[in-house]
Amino acid sequence: MSFEVHASLRARNFEMSLSLNDGETVAILGPNGAGKSTLLGVISGLLRPDSGAARIGDKELFRLDGGTRLWSPPHLRGTALLAQEALLFPHLNALDNVAFGPRSAGASRTAARETAEHWLAEVDALPLAKRRPAQLSGGQAQRVAVARALAADPELLLLDEPMAALDIHAAPLLRRVLKRVLKDRKAIIVTHDVLDAYMLADRVIVVERGRIAEEGPTRQVLERPRSHFAAGLAGLNLVTGTITEDGITTPDGRVFAGQHDSGWSPSPGQAGVAAFPPSSVSVFLGDVHGSPRNSFAVTITDLEPHGDQIRVRAGGGSSAPSLSADITPAASADLGLVPGMDVRFVVKSALVSVYPA
Amino acid sequence: MKSATGYQGIPRWIYAIAAVGGLLVVLPLAAMLAKVNWPQFFPLITSESSLAALGLSLRTSAASTVLCIVLGVPLALVLARGEFPGQRLLRSFVLLPLVLPPVVGGIALLYTFGRQGLLGKSLEVAGIQIAFSTTAVVLAQTFVALPFLVVSLEGALRSAGNRYEAVAATLGARPTTVLRRVTLPLVLPGLASGAVLSFARSLGEFGATLTFAGSLEGVTRTLPLEIYLQRETDADAAVALSLVLVAVAVAVVGLSYGRQRSTTPSEVHA
Amino acid sequence: MRTFHLKKSIVAMTVAVGLTSALAACGTPAPATTPSSSGSTSQLSGTVTVFAAASLKSTFTRLAKDFEAKNPGTKVTLSFAGSSDLVTQISQGAPADVFASADTKNMTKLADAKLLDGSATNFATNVLEIAVPPSNPASISSFADLAKSGVKVVTCASQVPCGAATDTVEKASGITLSPVSEESSVTDVLGKVTSGEADAGLVYVTDVKGAGDRVKGIPFPESDKAVNTYPIATVSSSQNKELAAAFIAAVTSEEGKKVLGDAGFGAP
Repeated sequence: MSFEVHASLRARNFEMSLSLNDGETVAILGPNGAGKSTLLGVISGLLRPDSGAARIGDKELFRLDGGTRLWSPPHLRGTALLAQEALLFPHLNALDNVAFGPRSAGASRTAARETAEHWLAEVDALPLAKRRPAQLSGGQAQRVAVARALAADPELLLLDEPMAALDIHAAPLLRRVLKRVLKDRKAIIVTHDVLDAYMLADRVIVVERGRIAEEGPTRQVLERPRSHFAAGLAGLNLVTGTITEDGITTPDGRVFAGQHDSGWSPSPGQAGVAAFPPSSVSVFLGDVHGSPRNSFAVTITDLEPHGDQIRVRAGGGSSAPSLSADITPAASADLGLVPGMDVRFVVKSALVSVYPA
Repeated sequence: MKSATGYQGIPRWIYAIAAVGGLLVVLPLAAMLAKVNWPQFFPLITSESSLAALGLSLRTSAASTVLCIVLGVPLALVLARGEFPGQRLLRSFVLLPLVLPPVVGGIALLYTFGRQGLLGKSLEVAGIQIAFSTTAVVLAQTFVALPFLVVSLEGALRSAGNRYEAVAATLGARPTTVLRRVTLPLVLPGLASGAVLSFARSLGEFGATLTFAGSLEGVTRTLPLEIYLQRETDADAAVALSLVLVAVAVAVVGLSYGRQRSTTPSEVHA
Repeated sequence: MRTFHLKKSIVAMTVAVGLTSALAACGTPAPATTPSSSGSTSQLSGTVTVFAAASLKSTFTRLAKDFEAKNPGTKVTLSFAGSSDLVTQISQGAPADVFASADTKNMTKLADAKLLDGSATNFATNVLEIAVPPSNPASISSFADLAKSGVKVVTCASQVPCGAATDTVEKASGITLSPVSEESSVTDVLGKVTSGEADAGLVYVTDVKGAGDRVKGIPFPESDKAVNTYPIATVSSSQNKELAAAFIAAVTSEEGKKVLGDAGFGAP
C-alpha cells in the first residue's frame, strides 16, 4: 500500500510529485512559503489543486486531469492531519477528543472509548483523559492530538510542524512519542528542525519555491547537502561550482580544495559542491602566510553567539554565497571583529567534502 | 478577565457621556415605574385579558424562536461558510427586517401569506388559512426576529474560523457529523445569545403582527397589542402591562448574559 | 463665484427655515396669537391650533383651508390623532385652542378636568356601516349576514369608540358577532377589508366614503342604535379664544355642515 501524489496549483506556484513506500516516514523541509503546508492541504483534501492525482494503494484520493474530475472529500481519505496547534475540540474532554475519529467511523460509544484509552496510553496521556483542552499544557494537548489522529486509524498521517508551537521542554517528550508511534507507519512530517528529520524520518524532501529541491535518505541529504537550505539545516557551508582535480572552482573563480568521497573519481568539468563546517574556517586579519589556497577576502556581515563559539558570517562580494566561521570568543576579541570589517577566511582543505551536485 | 487595578485606558469624560447614554435608556423606564398604580398592579396584570395576552406572547415567542433556530442556523452557515453567487445580496435581504419598519414587514407578509397573497392563495386551496391565526403571529415574529439570530450566529461562525472543522474532516467525520459534533457546540454561545435576542424581539413585536395577524384575545392579541389597546381606555393597565413586558425582557436578556459570562465562549488553548 | 454665493445663501435659507419649523414644531406659541384689534370680529388674525379626531382629517383639512381663505391673516394648524390620545396630550399641556372629539366620552374627560372653555357643541354624527371588498365575496347584505358561519368579520375592539358602537348595535339587535380580529383602529379594520383578508368589517360611514372604490359600503338599519356624536369645544388654555370661537362657528355653519355631509357625516 504505497502512496503517491503529483499535483500543481498555479495560484501558489506549486508543483510537486512524491511517493511513499509502506511504513515509510518522510520529512518535508524547506523555508517558509515553500509549499509544505500546501502539499499537506492537497493530500488531505482541504485544498484543491488545478491538476494532478493521488492514490493510496488502489484508493484514489483525487484525479484531476483533462476529462476526469475525481475528488474525494477529506473525511473519506484516511489522511489524518496534525497541525502546529493541537486544535483539540474545546467542548470535549481529552478522551472524547481521541474517541472522535472512531465515533465518526461508526464505532459504538464504548468501543470508541476503548480505542481512545489505548491511544492515550500510547502517548503517555492516559491520566489526562478527563481533562478539558483548556486544562492541558501545550505539550499535553499536542500529545492528545497525536492520539486523536492515530485513533482515527489513518492510512497516511500528515504532521504539519507538530513541534513548532511547543516550548523547548515539551518538544523532546513529544518527539520521543512520535518516534515510537511513527515506526512502520506511513507519515509525512513537515518540519523546520533537522533533529525531527534525523529522529523521525527515513527520507528527507527539501522543497523550495513550490518545487522539490532535493530528496534522499535523511543522513545522506543532511551530510551531503546539495541545496543551500539543507546545508543550512545541517549547519554546513555550501559552495557550488565546477569539479577540478582536487576540489571545485566557483563561477567567480575561487578555488576550494577538498577531499573526495572514496570510491568516486572526479571528472573535471562536472557540476559539484563543496561542503565544510564553520569550525573548519579560520579568520585572519591582513595578509596570509603559507598556502594561498582556500583563502578568501571577505567582509563580515554578522557576528552571533553559537554555542560556546562566535559565528562569523561573511559575504564575499555580491555573487559569492555567504560563508560562516566559528571561532572562540577570545579570538574574536583579539582580532577586534565587527561587522563591515574586511578579513580573510581560510578553510582547512582536509575538512572540505567535494561531491557532485 | 477584568482586573480592578489594571489600566483601563478610558478618558474620564467618556464616563460622563456614557452616563447620559445610560440615563436615556434607564430614565424613561424609571418614569414608567413611578407611574405604576401599585395598589391596583396585581389585579391589573392578572386580569383575564392580560393573562391571555401574556400567555400568548410567551407561547408565540417561544415558537418563533424555535423557527428562527431551525431556519436561521442553516442561513447563517450558508452566509458565513458557503460560497455561491448572490451571497452578499442574500445577506442584505436577510438583514432587511432589522431596518424595516415592522408595519412594512406586516404588509409584505400580508401580500405573501394573506388570502389574496402570493402563497396564501395556494394555501387557502389546500385548506390552510394563516390570516387571523396564531400562526400568523408566529410568522410575523419570525420575520422580524430572524435577522437577530442570523447576525449573531454568523458573527460567531466567522470568528470561530473553520480550522476545527478541517481537523474533524481529516479524522473521518462526515460534514453532517462535523456540524453536529464540532461546529454547533463551538458556536453554542453565539447561537444562545442569538436565540435570546430573537425571543426578546419576538416578545416586543407589534407592527407586523397588528398589520398581518390582527388582534383577537387569546389568538392573535399579544402583550404589546394588548398594551396598545388598553392605552385607549385604561392607562393604568397599559403601564402595568408595560412593566410586565419590561420585566420579562430584562429576565430573558439578563439570564442569557449571566450564563454567557460564566461559560466564556470557547477559549482556545493553543 | 456667483454660484458659490448662491449656494451659500440657499444653505443659509434652508437652515433658517429648518430652524423655524423645528421651533414651531416644538410648540412655542406664536406671538401673534393675541388679536391685533380686540374689538372687531371681522379683523381676525393669528394662529389657531386644532386638535381633531383622526376620522375628521379630510373634512377638517378642507374646512381649515376655507377658513384661512375667508379670513386672510389667519392660520389653522391641525393635529390629528385618536381622540383619547389627544385628550392625553391636552392634559399634558399641549398647546391646543380647539378640540374636536369623535365621541362625547373623551370630551367629557376634558370637561371634568376643567380644561374646556365653556361647553361643547355637537357638530356631526356618524353611524356604523358594513365595509366589504368591492367583489363582496361573502355576499353580505345585512347585519345578520355578518353572524353567518364562515364569514370573516373584523371589528374594532370595545376599548375604542367604533368598537363600543359595535357592542351597542350587537346588544340592541340581539345578534352576536364572532369577529376574527378586534382591531384597535378603524384604519386597521379597513386595511383587513381592502387587502381581502376579511370578508367584512364594521366601520363608520365616513370611513367607507373615505376609502373610495377600495371597499363597498352596506348600510344597515340597526346602526341607528349607536349614533356617534362629534362635539367640539375651545380649550381653556387657548391664547386666542376669539379665533377658536370663529373656527368652531365655521365648522357648525351651513357651509361647514355641507362639507361634513359630503363626507358622510350626519347632522346632530
